[in-house]
Amino acid sequence: MAADNSAVPASDINPVGAQIEREQRAAATPPAAHNTFDWKTAARNAAIAAFIAGVLGFFFLGMRTDIAPGGLVITYRWLVLLFAVALVFLGRLLLETFIFNAAPALARVIAGLLFIAAIGFMMAYDVPGTRQLNRLLVGVGLGAAIVAVLYLVAAYSRRAPAAKRKTVTGPPTWASRAPGIVLFLIAAGLPFIITTLFPGQQRQYIDLAILIMTYVMLGWGLNIVVGLAGLLDLGYVAFYAVGAYSFALLSTHFEFMGFWMALPLAGILAAFWGIILGFPVLRLRGDYLAIVTLAFGEIIRVVLLNWYDFTGGPNGISGIPKPTFLGMDFTRGEDGVAAFLGIEYSTIHRFIYLYYIIFILAIITNLVTMRLRKLPVGRAWEALREDEIACRSLGINTTNTKLTAFAIGAMFGGFAGSFFATRQGFISPESFSFLESAIILAIVVLGGLGSQLGVVAASVVMIGGIEMLRNVGFVNNIFPGFDPVQYRMLIFGFAMVAIMVWKPRGLVTTRDPSAVLKERKKIGADMVAQGEGH
Amino acid sequence: MSTAATALSAETAAQPQAKWDRDPILTVEHLTMRFGGLTAVNDLSFSVGHGDITALIGPNGAGKTTVFNCVTGFYKPTEGRIVMRHGPGMQQETVDAVTASDKRYRAANDGSVFLLERMPDFEISKRAKVARTFQNIRLFSGMTVLENLLVAQHNPLMIASAFTVGGILGLPNYRRAQREAIDKAVSWLEQVNLIDRADDPAGDLPYGAQRRLEIARAMCTEPKLLCLDEPAAGLNPRESSELNELLQHIRGTGTSVLLIEHDMGVVMEISDHIVVLDYGVKISDGDSGFVRNDPKVIAAYLGVDDEDEIDIPEVRQELVELEKEARRQGHADAGLKLPKGDSE
Repeated sequence: MAADNSAVPASDINPVGAQIEREQRAAATPPAAHNTFDWKTAARNAAIAAFIAGVLGFFFLGMRTDIAPGGLVITYRWLVLLFAVALVFLGRLLLETFIFNAAPALARVIAGLLFIAAIGFMMAYDVPGTRQLNRLLVGVGLGAAIVAVLYLVAAYSRRAPAAKRKTVTGPPTWASRAPGIVLFLIAAGLPFIITTLFPGQQRQYIDLAILIMTYVMLGWGLNIVVGLAGLLDLGYVAFYAVGAYSFALLSTHFEFMGFWMALPLAGILAAFWGIILGFPVLRLRGDYLAIVTLAFGEIIRVVLLNWYDFTGGPNGISGIPKPTFLGMDFTRGEDGVAAFLGIEYSTIHRFIYLYYIIFILAIITNLVTMRLRKLPVGRAWEALREDEIACRSLGINTTNTKLTAFAIGAMFGGFAGSFFATRQGFISPESFSFLESAIILAIVVLGGLGSQLGVVAASVVMIGGIEMLRNVGFVNNIFPGFDPVQYRMLIFGFAMVAIMVWKPRGLVTTRDPSAVLKERKKIGADMVAQGEGH
Repeated sequence: MSTAATALSAETAAQPQAKWDRDPILTVEHLTMRFGGLTAVNDLSFSVGHGDITALIGPNGAGKTTVFNCVTGFYKPTEGRIVMRHGPGMQQETVDAVTASDKRYRAANDGSVFLLERMPDFEISKRAKVARTFQNIRLFSGMTVLENLLVAQHNPLMIASAFTVGGILGLPNYRRAQREAIDKAVSWLEQVNLIDRADDPAGDLPYGAQRRLEIARAMCTEPKLLCLDEPAAGLNPRESSELNELLQHIRGTGTSVLLIEHDMGVVMEISDHIVVLDYGVKISDGDSGFVRNDPKVIAAYLGVDDEDEIDIPEVRQELVELEKEARRQGHADAGLKLPKGDSE
């Protein structure tokens, strides 16, 4: 009780209510520190978790109905159930030791056991066609990976309170820009890195790099609308489609219309459609805005699908010209680019060229966005996201501001669409389904609304990750019966959920101020509003 | 009829043309605002004098914020005319000419006239130069203090950046304008004592500082009339007196002030002119000496359960005595609003 506590000076006034509680808390023994570990509690919690897993899994895992002659029969799989229960028990125990209560000694013992178990498991698994040494190496790698993940998770969970600080101070040094510069340099040299390191698979990897870069550009374009202006747009793919069809139709109807001439036109047309979408949604807020943009995206797709005379309907448009380099094609002949540059002809040149086109388009998108953020219109977008009514009280025409956000975002979507058309050579309405909008939006949200670097990270993780999972068939050799290619979408979904649990405001969660007086301070995401429709 | 009221009415009659009626910056004429069946403001007319601090007071729910929202364009009034004037005098001929035409305003170098009830909210701030703050603070909390003040200078900066084109190209004209905008923001930050927090997010500031920042932000739009909706709400006495100084400084820069306030200490000390509303109707209009002795005001305020609305001991003492007198003269229901006819 408070009276027993000599540290608190005696007071004439008897403490009441919350004050009593506070003093009692102060007088009570401090809560168990992180490094004290209670065996019994841990074991009891693990046992409870295992019991619940047993009850839940009794019917789902323990029994199974099979078709047999004369009806269904129940087969019992007690071993599976037992395995699941043991797994839950072990998992809970790991959580208890590593995260809830840090017990360094025990943690080391368990980590060591896991490591040995992983090696033992791999050695014991006799897969035909693999050598002992290989299995040992994989076992060591697997064990190290498990231990590393455990320690990282433990370290992160202990650090978490510190990470919730509202502002992060940092001087505007090269160090703060380093990630961006390093990424830029890697991206600039990527085709050469790929051709040097993977000469056998260069075509495949450069294609993947082009795909990722396209999504980076789309993400940056949508970031203007969703991240900066705070207007949730579920129909962004419509502008991508407008750009693609603009170029496809222009080039197939007019002989002289090449990629470079059609590109600005496609951007302008997409921006025009952005304004057309902008008008009806100006008054809408929240969910209604999201629904109308979603409908707009579908309307464009359905029109493309059904206006057979104009768009070719489901047959799409083929024979879209490839981009030229100073008017020259990437062909083997005398007038090809290779002959002009005096290098040996290779089919890969065209892909490297395509990569650089989308790379430059994306960089332009980024530079323009970064610049706009520091201009009054960009500040007005962000202010609109923060508080629309306050904007109007300061004389900002919110109608025009929203329309410029829609138009500029749509313009970059149109550029990207035009690039998509020239890369594929063939487009059809199937490429512009709602799923595309959802993926682009997911890139922006996972990356962190308004963050340019976050979009890059999210694109690499989402587009690159899902493609790379196609190439991990070798895992099937190690774990027969488990083919990760089959579980691609499942793993992908888990990864998305994990990111959102781990970082609910996206990968990059700080906002960089657009103007600085003395000291550049990053603003935590908990301060920044998300705008309409989130 | 109460003798006090008669005497005071005579006093007003003796000076029919108060300063704010001769040289108003804003006149509200026969303003009526209905929300469905509810009449929030009923046939309200008053003037805000050029260079004055004018206070709009009244019990809770009297319609003060509704008047504000009509003046700043957030509501479209059901009836009435709201005229904002740049330049001296009534400019009655111009006002009539603009009203008869279908124009929203007439801008000229010698004097401009704006019919606020016809203009959308952002134009009222942009052209008519009426800035406002909000009862519940509306800052851009995820942006820094400095950015908040730069957003307020959106329109001049937009012109300087040649509607973004010049800004993207990085023309020197825009860079100079941006520097000047920052200088102006800095001078206001020094004025409201927030210069050390310039690079912090606005949402991180304590409450009193957020109120000051909101006023500084409104002032960065270079308004001719600043409308403050309960600027002293939630401030401690020291912050309150700082606010008084700030408002005096703002008046010194040539900006007229219209404020809604419950804190009578602030109102009585700094206001040149007080308009009292109750149930959407004006019940008193005059300087602080006149208003504090007006029995209708006293009745309206004593009708409110919370007597702390008036927190100056002398005033409260006076009110109690006046109420006694009113009761003696047969107004047993002094707690209610006095019938209209009695005071005329």
